[in-house]
Amino acid sequence: MTTATASRYAAEYQTIAPALPGQTLPWLQALRAEALMAFSAQGFPSPREEEWRYTNVLGIEKKLFAPSIDLTGSDVDADWLKAYQLEDTWSVVLVNGHFSAELSVLEGLPEAVSVMSMADALAKQPGTVEKYLGRAADQSEHSFIAFNTAWFTDGLFVHVPAKVVLDKPIQLLHIVTGSNAMATTRNIIIADALAEVKVIETFVGTDIAKDGVYAASLSGTGVANAYLTAAVTEVFVGACADVTLYKMQSESEKAYHFGGSYIKQARDARFTHHNFAFGGLLARSDIHVDLDHASECELNGLYLGVKRQHIDNHTRINHLKPYAVSRELYKGVMDDRARGVFQGRVIVAEDAQKTDSQMNNRNLLLSDDAEVDTKPQLEIYADDVKCGHGVTVGQLDEKSIFYLQSRCVDEETARNMLTFAFANEMVDKIKIRSLHDRVLEQVLARFPQQGVDKEWL
Amino acid sequence: MLSIKNLTVNVNDKQILKGINLEIKAGEIHAIMGPNGSGKSTLSHVLSGKGGYTVTGGSATYQGKDLLEMAPEIRAREGVFLAFQYPVEIPGVSNIYLLKAALNSIRKHHGQPEVDAMDFLTLVKDKVRLLEMDEKFLYRAVNEGFSGGEKKRNEILQMAILEPRLCIMDETDSGLDIDALKIVSEGVNSLRSPERAFVMVTHYQRLLDYIKPDKVHVLAHGQIVKSGGADLALELEEKGYSWVEEAEA
Repeated sequence: MTTATASRYAAEYQTIAPALPGQTLPWLQALRAEALMAFSAQGFPSPREEEWRYTNVLGIEKKLFAPSIDLTGSDVDADWLKAYQLEDTWSVVLVNGHFSAELSVLEGLPEAVSVMSMADALAKQPGTVEKYLGRAADQSEHSFIAFNTAWFTDGLFVHVPAKVVLDKPIQLLHIVTGSNAMATTRNIIIADALAEVKVIETFVGTDIAKDGVYAASLSGTGVANAYLTAAVTEVFVGACADVTLYKMQSESEKAYHFGGSYIKQARDARFTHHNFAFGGLLARSDIHVDLDHASECELNGLYLGVKRQHIDNHTRINHLKPYAVSRELYKGVMDDRARGVFQGRVIVAEDAQKTDSQMNNRNLLLSDDAEVDTKPQLEIYADDVKCGHGVTVGQLDEKSIFYLQSRCVDEETARNMLTFAFANEMVDKIKIRSLHDRVLEQVLARFPQQGVDKEWL
Repeated sequence: MLSIKNLTVNVNDKQILKGINLEIKAGEIHAIMGPNGSGKSTLSHVLSGKGGYTVTGGSATYQGKDLLEMAPEIRAREGVFLAFQYPVEIPGVSNIYLLKAALNSIRKHHGQPEVDAMDFLTLVKDKVRLLEMDEKFLYRAVNEGFSGGEKKRNEILQMAILEPRLCIMDETDSGLDIDALKIVSEGVNSLRSPERAFVMVTHYQRLLDYIKPDKVHVLAHGQIVKSGGADLALELEEKGYSWVEEAEA
């Protein structure tokens, strides 16, 4: 379809366009116009596209979610917020796609460091934003990126100058409160040479209980919110800089989530990503990394699906230059009728000799109706490289179950212990205590363990 | 304590145990010896309830109860402990977590309250010292990355803490160097008591240099072909299994 009617969203665009930030910036207006055109021509990605073949986002088009122009965060319960807002962090809170100064915590930032909303950044540092926006996320990649560029209402902007090491992490708390709402946000994280920063992206719907359990599935707590999150994060890791990005996605049971992280690493830069995908009816994550000379990246992921959840993880690692190292481990646990997808591509360019790359995807299926589609791809154009990949899809190991039974543990508890242990390997990799405990709580809510001290896990 | 009568067992329609008879009393140590393929491991697996075996006849009565009727975890809670030939590595489950889960399952089975956290730690640390293990082992994942000796020592540690009545030791000496063998044997000897029985399943006699059995049985082709005292093991060591196998034929 190439007509302007490819998406009903395009028809609605003019009504919200005047409310979007950056009205006075011609370069941004031009960028948005170009993106709108690209999106209008295609609509949302179709399963006919190879990289969307397992994930059908038709529901988003059907629902026609509406962007929120309302700027208040007043309907966020402070007590509930505490469960997700981490202590010992600077935090930027976005409610329905808009920055809430009232809920955010930004006191005590080192002077040279910028942490602010994207709308603020467009007003205060338009030159810097112009230099980076759209430079890591390629609009032609797929139409979600174009959609995001045209529609984004706000986001997080982080700039850590050279040699600055931030001692506290920065949390981006992305909250959606309403039903049928749409939150489209664009984030930029820049770490100049030798800088170090940790950023935590938390996506959550207000109908999710404090421990991450779907409130709607508990008795007497009402109906789940259907909404759309469409977030794009661009990360620029300077030479010898070190950036860690955590993503915890606990969207509402009926929510659609698209979250793309696009990372450009300079020489000798280091980047680590941890992707915890727990929520949403349909959730898709993109993590694309471009590696320069001798840079290193580590991509970790844990996706847990229940009921009819569909959780898609799409990673791409581009080894563009020699001596870069990449490590990837994604683990999935699918129960009920849930479906998990892992598409991992590692592309080694002709010039990228001495590349060292390992990709692994391990899946546990807990029910006969659960499904996993896993597709690791290695594309190697250099001849002196060390690359490997491995995939498993299976059930729990019967030998392990018997071993636990022979140690007095009943079969059901044994299965629960082993499933938890499988998932917990990824939780254990979290280096930020408060986040670790939050994520652990969510995993424990899925796979309860009795009479255990958390220190033992 | 354990009375096995004419037990026959199939694996994939092939008869492996062809009528085993064995009487084990509390306080006794029985060694079951035999060449590879004689059915030694099958016997220990069947007694502990591992899947994949079909009991086609006979019985195993443990403390007056039908052992073969019970689920593996019930046998374990009733006091049957299998020390594995190849203890399984369980990444992500710490030793101490498993020990507490196991101990509390036993207590619950016997209608007792859960173990007090402090008492539990004291108990566990005492036993760790007894087996000359590093306390750090407790917080490591069960058997993950352990050497062969460490795994076997870990089995004895579990045994020491769970205090079973009937301990079935499946080829405990395999893969152990002489120092590890001594420590494991000392652990077993310290657990000997008038209320507890041991079944040592082993190919070699050397374990019996350290743990002296009351009775030795030779298993060949799925049957016990000879029984005797501790000196039978020495005789076997000297003459080899062909001696009893031929005598049988």
